[in-house]
Amino acid sequence: MSKIIVVTSGKGGVGKTTTSASIATGLAQRGFKTCVIDFDVGLRNLDLIMGCERRVVYDLVNLVNQEASLQQTLIKDKRVDNLYILPASQTRDKDALTIEGVARVIHKLKQNEFDYIICDSPAGIEKGAKMALYFADEAIITTNPEVSSVRDSDRILGILQSESRRAKMDEEPVKEHLLITRYNPNRVQEGQMLSVDDIVDLLAIPLLGIIPESQAVLEASNAGKPVILDDESNAGQAYNDAIARLLGEERPHRFMEAQKKGFLKRLFG
Amino acid sequence: MGLLSLFRSKSSSASLAKERLQLVIAHERTNRGSPSYLPMMKQDIVSVIRKYVEIDEDEVQVSMESDENCELLELNITLPQFGAGGTEDNGDIKG
Repeated sequence: MSKIIVVTSGKGGVGKTTTSASIATGLAQRGFKTCVIDFDVGLRNLDLIMGCERRVVYDLVNLVNQEASLQQTLIKDKRVDNLYILPASQTRDKDALTIEGVARVIHKLKQNEFDYIICDSPAGIEKGAKMALYFADEAIITTNPEVSSVRDSDRILGILQSESRRAKMDEEPVKEHLLITRYNPNRVQEGQMLSVDDIVDLLAIPLLGIIPESQAVLEASNAGKPVILDDESNAGQAYNDAIARLLGEERPHRFMEAQKKGFLKRLFG
Repeated sequence: MGLLSLFRSKSSSASLAKERLQLVIAHERTNRGSPSYLPMMKQDIVSVIRKYVEIDEDEVQVSMESDENCELLELNITLPQFGAGGTEDNGDIKG
């Protein structure tokens, strides 16, 4: 039985695509047959983050319109077995997606025995975002420790609870996970940034992980390599922990402590 | 806390952010379940009441609550105190 996970946030630029790429890669590394779908029709970017931008031939809209087969459209990752990328169209807009069309694509993926389908949502709360979350069984709410991101996350939670397929069919609700990205413990300690506890308090959903602000994230996207593959980096390790928790393992949260400052730094701030 | 930071402003902007978010999120959550026609209906109710009494839009509160098997529409209208406005007292006849 395939599990559908949407990575969403409401606000743009918080790390949805980075997260989708790393979560999909992490699940595939653990042997699950995984497909990651870019729902940002018109603003395709997952292909760049995954490093397969030169291999895109057909896209999600071609598949929805039955202009190409699933086998033609899926891009098989070259680094990790079991990992497939379904790119968004760059020339069309979000109106090209329909519930029926997306349902057909999901059905085909299920027939092909995918264990996980990761839906990378576009920003906003319009059609593209609603399409991405409609079929979700679980949701990863990507949030930055910053006022507008937290508010938008709460808004998208409201939409999940009222407009997802599970909500409309009166089924068990979509399982919600909070993933805090670009976390900077030093700034939290100095009272300049909302803390993990503040955000958990405000949004009141279970915490899946904390991804520290890290140079490795930018370097990974520069190279077109999901940051989870950089297992030396804090961010890569934090995504690995998040995967473990997603699969039900208990792991203590890391990267929450401020780094100790040297003597001179302590003196002069 | 560094020595120099003692001289900087000490109030934490993160706690201010949290307070502001608590308020706005609580407010938005109460409006969340309400149907989309509610603001328009509120407008209409206000204009009907205004035919008879001059009121502010803020003085009408509309909320929708749902129990297990019924939906409750709550309408809270604060009317100005009788005679307090003074427009009726000065003898003007309004068309």
